[in-house]
Amino acid sequence: MLLQQLTNGLMLGSTYALVAIGYSLIFGVLRLLHLAHGEVFMVGAFAGLVVALWVSLGPFVAVFGGLVGAGVLGVVLELVAFRPIRRRGGNYLAPIVSSVGAGLVLQEVMTKLFGAEQVGFPRQFASTVYDLGPISVSSSQIFIMAIAFASMFALHLFVARTRLGVAIRATSENLEIASSLGINVDAIIMLTFAIASALGGIAGVLVGLNFNAVSPFMGIDMATKGMAIMLIGGLGSIYGAMAGGLLLGVGEVLSVAYLASSYRDAFAFGLMIIVLLARPRGLFSTGIDGAR
Amino acid sequence: MLGGYWESVAIFVGINVLMGMSLYVPMAAGLISLGQGGFMAIGAYTSAVLTKQGWSFGIALPAGAALAAVAGLIVGAPALRIRGIYLMILTLGFGEIVRVFFLNFEPTGGATGLGGIAPLTQLPWVVIACALAVFVAWRLRASRLGRAMIAIHEDDVAAEAMGISLVTVKLFAFALGAGLAGIAGAFYAHQALYIDANQFDFSRSALTFLYVVLGGPANPFGPMVGAVVVTLLPEFLRVVADWRMTFFGALLVIAAIWRPDGLLRAPTFK
Repeated sequence: MLLQQLTNGLMLGSTYALVAIGYSLIFGVLRLLHLAHGEVFMVGAFAGLVVALWVSLGPFVAVFGGLVGAGVLGVVLELVAFRPIRRRGGNYLAPIVSSVGAGLVLQEVMTKLFGAEQVGFPRQFASTVYDLGPISVSSSQIFIMAIAFASMFALHLFVARTRLGVAIRATSENLEIASSLGINVDAIIMLTFAIASALGGIAGVLVGLNFNAVSPFMGIDMATKGMAIMLIGGLGSIYGAMAGGLLLGVGEVLSVAYLASSYRDAFAFGLMIIVLLARPRGLFSTGIDGAR
Repeated sequence: MLGGYWESVAIFVGINVLMGMSLYVPMAAGLISLGQGGFMAIGAYTSAVLTKQGWSFGIALPAGAALAAVAGLIVGAPALRIRGIYLMILTLGFGEIVRVFFLNFEPTGGATGLGGIAPLTQLPWVVIACALAVFVAWRLRASRLGRAMIAIHEDDVAAEAMGISLVTVKLFAFALGAGLAGIAGAFYAHQALYIDANQFDFSRSALTFLYVVLGGPANPFGPMVGAVVVTLLPEFLRVVADWRMTFFGALLVIAAIWRPDGLLRAPTFK
């Protein structure tokens, strides 16, 4: 029973982690709270849905659709809503306002395109359930976990091993110094938005596959949880976001199983407060100062 | 005086002005909250429960404000040690916890909400409350306490070194702001006549944040202008009917690019 709950929690948590990594990446390079990231996640889910409906080439192609759709959207948002404010040397709160505006636009556009109700996500799997001793997992659960963990591993390799990854880390350490060392900071920021949003899009499709439904409002809860996870993991820490996401997923599933299920949506913030009391800079402190 | 519809619009504008002022005060001391909706919920539920028990609105409203202010003290305590984005997300979490609490708290209706609230909110009182809030915020700038808040906003280490008590000033700012949100909540409950937890969700707190940042966080009249513009804009955007949130969102992006420091700039000290 407990092992089963842990498995379910890890699966839920892996999608949380993908979204939270996006918040951390963007916060890392821009010190920006991107309040439309939940909507990017939602658009990614719909992009995956559209691909799944047009060409039924299986779940991998649907995930790829979400990745591309959300990634492109992330770059567009950076170009339209954030870069112009940076160019004008604006107040650091102004980009948050424009991210709220962008989120409203995305929500209404998707409502107009797909309706305000939940839209069924076509089943991509024959529902085979595998019994592995004490736990049983369905083929879709295996797929979701495999994709989520593979994405995180790919991100880890990219950030740790490639020159572009180093450039992203340098930019989040200090934007001015990175720029003076010859890094094209604007390009790196755009790349970061693309990666962060693509991961959010993958998460959107995975959540769609898991619940067999997507809706224009699915991003709202995910957004608040993603922000809580970012603090739990440590501001701007990619690995912190991974750990925090998994921790929250497991914690939520266990709290529903053993505590009161109706308080599930507050669990993320309860966990956040407990972690911050013990470790004010989160589990994996990066030394980034969020105070300004 | 005004038609019923416009009177109701004016009351909601006034409530939002109060919400804007509720965030302006802590922001003047550099404390940014994304959880003002939570304080509003506390004021709304407290006052609604009291008037339903037969208490007069004149007692219920201050009671709601007081309870919200107490909650502000409790949430404000960690604000003594954390700032910036940490505080924003912590207060966001507070707002969500309050929402989930009222969603599950059966004595105040739980998920079905609290209905049958008497229509006790009257426009003149809302206007007076707004005028008072703006007046206090305006006069605060010239006071010792207000200047202490501005000093903390600029640099709290330097402010503390100048002998300003960070504890007193920050807690005062947070509690005063929370109390104002409580008043807004009390007016709201007795105007909407039906409240449920989801009316005080994150979007309420985010809108409050918009009023201040869009109007001008450094000017006491800024949140008022921001609240009026943000509240009335969707009303006037009815011409674009179905796409009004799209236009509204796009206008927010444009406004943020056009005037990143808000519509009104900081007034200079004389």
